[in-house]
Amino acid sequence: MPRTLVVVGNGMVGHRLVQAVRERDQAGAWRVVVLAEEHRPAYDRVALTSYVDGWDPAVLSLPDNTFDHDDAVSLHLGDPVTSIDREAREVVTASGRHVDYDALVLATGSRPFVPPVPGRELDGCFVYRTIDDLDAIRERATQAVAARGGRRSAMVLGGGLLGLEAAKALRDMGLSPHVVELAPRLMPLQVDDGGGGLLRGLIEDLDVTVHTGTSTEKIVPDGDRLIARLSNGVELDLDLVVFSAGIRPRDDLARDAGLEVGERGGIVVDSNCRTGDPDVYAIGECARVGDMVYGLVAPGYAMADVVAGALTDSHADEFTGADMSTKLKLLGVDVASFGDAHAATEGAREIVFADALAGTYKKLVVSSGGETLLGGVLVGDATPYASLRPMVGRALPGEPAKLIAPVSDGGGVGVDALPDDAQICSCNAVTKGTIRKSIVEDGCADVAAVKKCTKAGTSCGSCVPVLKQLLNACGVEQSKALCEHFSHSRAELFEIARVTGIASFGELITKHGTGRGCDICKPAVASILASLGNGHILDGEQATLQDTNDKFLANLQRNGTYSVVPRVPGGEITPDKLMVIAEVARDYGLYTKITGGQRIDLFGAPVEDLPAIWKRLVEAGFESGHAYGKALRTVKSCVGSTWCRYGVQDSVGLAIELELRYRGLRSPHKLKSAVSGCARECAEARGKDFGVIATENGWNLYVGGNGGMMPRHADLLVSEVDKDTLIRTIDRFLMFYIRTADRLQRTSTWLESLDGGLDHVRDVVVEDSLGICDELERQMAQHIQDYTDEWAAVLDDPVKLAKFTSFVNAPGTPDPTISFRPERGQKVPVMLGTPGVRT
Amino acid sequence: MTSIDIAWLPVCRDEVLAPEHGVAVLLPGGEQAAVFRTHDGDLHALSNVDPFSGAAVLARGIVGDLAGVPMVASPMHKQHFDLRTGVCLEDPEVSVRVYPVRIEGGMIMVGSP
Repeated sequence: MPRTLVVVGNGMVGHRLVQAVRERDQAGAWRVVVLAEEHRPAYDRVALTSYVDGWDPAVLSLPDNTFDHDDAVSLHLGDPVTSIDREAREVVTASGRHVDYDALVLATGSRPFVPPVPGRELDGCFVYRTIDDLDAIRERATQAVAARGGRRSAMVLGGGLLGLEAAKALRDMGLSPHVVELAPRLMPLQVDDGGGGLLRGLIEDLDVTVHTGTSTEKIVPDGDRLIARLSNGVELDLDLVVFSAGIRPRDDLARDAGLEVGERGGIVVDSNCRTGDPDVYAIGECARVGDMVYGLVAPGYAMADVVAGALTDSHADEFTGADMSTKLKLLGVDVASFGDAHAATEGAREIVFADALAGTYKKLVVSSGGETLLGGVLVGDATPYASLRPMVGRALPGEPAKLIAPVSDGGGVGVDALPDDAQICSCNAVTKGTIRKSIVEDGCADVAAVKKCTKAGTSCGSCVPVLKQLLNACGVEQSKALCEHFSHSRAELFEIARVTGIASFGELITKHGTGRGCDICKPAVASILASLGNGHILDGEQATLQDTNDKFLANLQRNGTYSVVPRVPGGEITPDKLMVIAEVARDYGLYTKITGGQRIDLFGAPVEDLPAIWKRLVEAGFESGHAYGKALRTVKSCVGSTWCRYGVQDSVGLAIELELRYRGLRSPHKLKSAVSGCARECAEARGKDFGVIATENGWNLYVGGNGGMMPRHADLLVSEVDKDTLIRTIDRFLMFYIRTADRLQRTSTWLESLDGGLDHVRDVVVEDSLGICDELERQMAQHIQDYTDEWAAVLDDPVKLAKFTSFVNAPGTPDPTISFRPERGQKVPVMLGTPGVRT
Repeated sequence: MTSIDIAWLPVCRDEVLAPEHGVAVLLPGGEQAAVFRTHDGDLHALSNVDPFSGAAVLARGIVGDLAGVPMVASPMHKQHFDLRTGVCLEDPEVSVRVYPVRIEGGMIMVGSP
């Protein structure tokens, strides 16, 4: 009979605990009951601000948060625990549910701290903690815009980390935020005056007004508006106010149950996260351990692991404190602070580099003699964070100033200097030693393998560059060579071809490679040449580079016949055109099947029939669907606002426009797309390389999705943009992918492999951080201008047509090895026996 | 086998087969050969049937080299065959038949016993 574990709270830490217990409880000793206050299963509260990007709660959902397939876990949402009876060992919930426990874990988190400002209870005052809070803020903001139009204003009370997050959310909602901070600088806990000053400048550039050293005296209503009076005499006329002045542990349940709580809040627990009652634990932001309350998720996860270990007797780890270092991007500005950021250690000395022009501030705190790193602050550019943070408390490898000096000689710390017990991934507490072991002993040969094996780099990702350095340091050569003929990566070959204008494989391999090429480099170079626009893919030498599908502009099937897919843009087709496809299929005896991409696939055509089949199709107005190419395939669509009662935009119209725009575009791998006319997402756009979902105000663009073997939901790149912006962004995204991806790397894995991931892509294609957007757009415009139908061109060229025969000495004779049998009213290949293999 | 036993079949004019292309040939007995020309002009002929899939497709493979060995890659599942010997580079236990090939009077000729 399993015992009952009751978990109070289903935030990030509560969820982690349940997952950790389920992972480790091999014997099935525990039945887990989760009682949660919010109506949503666990979501990523750290990323709460990104909810504004698409207003899609599903994006924030934590993996496996519903436990649908796990009978050992029952999750009760929207039913908070109201009391604990430790005598009876039971909890009671708001709905009157009584649940007995053998062990109880409190993971109730924090509540926002609202300072006692008169007027804080007024309509239009909000806190910033949950998805519901953001929905409420959005509603108020929308009403204000509807009532008065223009840019509405808001105040954020608190200029710390959370306050700046809230300011970003408000700005993204189209409001002008004022940030009011009591301390003399922004982010007073994390950065010093110098960093705070620079941060202020960077943030004011983003249309956020900053008031520091100022408190709010009162808020008074003025009709449906709010007037805030600040202690510096300023009066702000506002549509809404957000309090984000810090958090306080939610310890009331424990307090009422007679458990010890700290003077300044927090349920007192020992290093095993156990309260005075041996059956009751507390973890995360509600717990006070070692007289500290931790408001970060990483220490909360560590506590969850400690308790899961204790409950399942699998680990006797203790919670021994946590690194409070932080690195984040606030309003697009990098901020990092680590170790003793404020030089509180006796004798500590500071080394500062500030560059107001470049917008960077870097400070190291070192021991009096400069031999040990104690901490630091980075604003504007937090790149050195990944290598500096693990150095805290350790002897420095050389002159400290060099570590943050403007990069002329590399800068930063080499991983060699770090000892094995240095923590490389602070999110998941992974040391250099563990990572080294995964490489040297377990044979992890790339970042993806190290991530999988050690979990390092799987949360915030800031240590990924260090993982790469470690792989190199361990002698694992991160070979980027395409194949034995080229030591270059595909991206490098693309640049060579683009910059030098080399337009033939022969010239490329003579000048930059060795040998004669193979089935890896030839199609890769063929694709590069096609992306750069070099005429028909079967012209001259190019024909020898193509894989068989491209060589015959059709898809090779298992018996040596081909399948044919005409383009049906957006999946929209007239009855007349449907009849043409039907007649062609009937006349040439082709097996027909509807594809997943809203097209029709015609199977079983021998090589010599392809031209005649295409002649009929081209005459009826069809063109190549590029089903055979590493190229744009289809842009699926739902029926959209034209017919659908729920549609808010014309998804079919946009899908057709996109498909015609990008048709024939050769890329490192196939490209799939879809457009949905509303948030119901019937076109499954988030499973595509680029997917578009309509909103009432425009279009959301998602990128990097994939179905197939490694499913991945696409990430939101831009939201609620108009059609021109959407198309411009897709142009840039696709061309950036085509330039930089590896051979046969879909957008999903490309995105995962990029340093900086989605943020980097957004920087490049939205913010134009590399200054290449003009050129990317020009390249796409060239592609669109040069597009011609490949099949029509073959039909017009007797030299190309002559290749479409089974036998050079017997044109017109079909391959005698091909035979068919009937199945469900159509023909299918007879399985080929493997002929005698001569050895 | 001696040259006396070989029957030579004209396949196509020499200029029809460009470097690094392949063509399929139907032999009198119903067998199929694949004739390839490498970049240096050399001709090679193998059985057209890919032994792994049983499909007659080798002539449609990409011609190149691996570690200096002239090869064709099967378009079906990308095994490589040595154009000189027919031996599969991934699995030397497997090979395809090699046919003699030559040029005579501007015609490519394939020999079969």
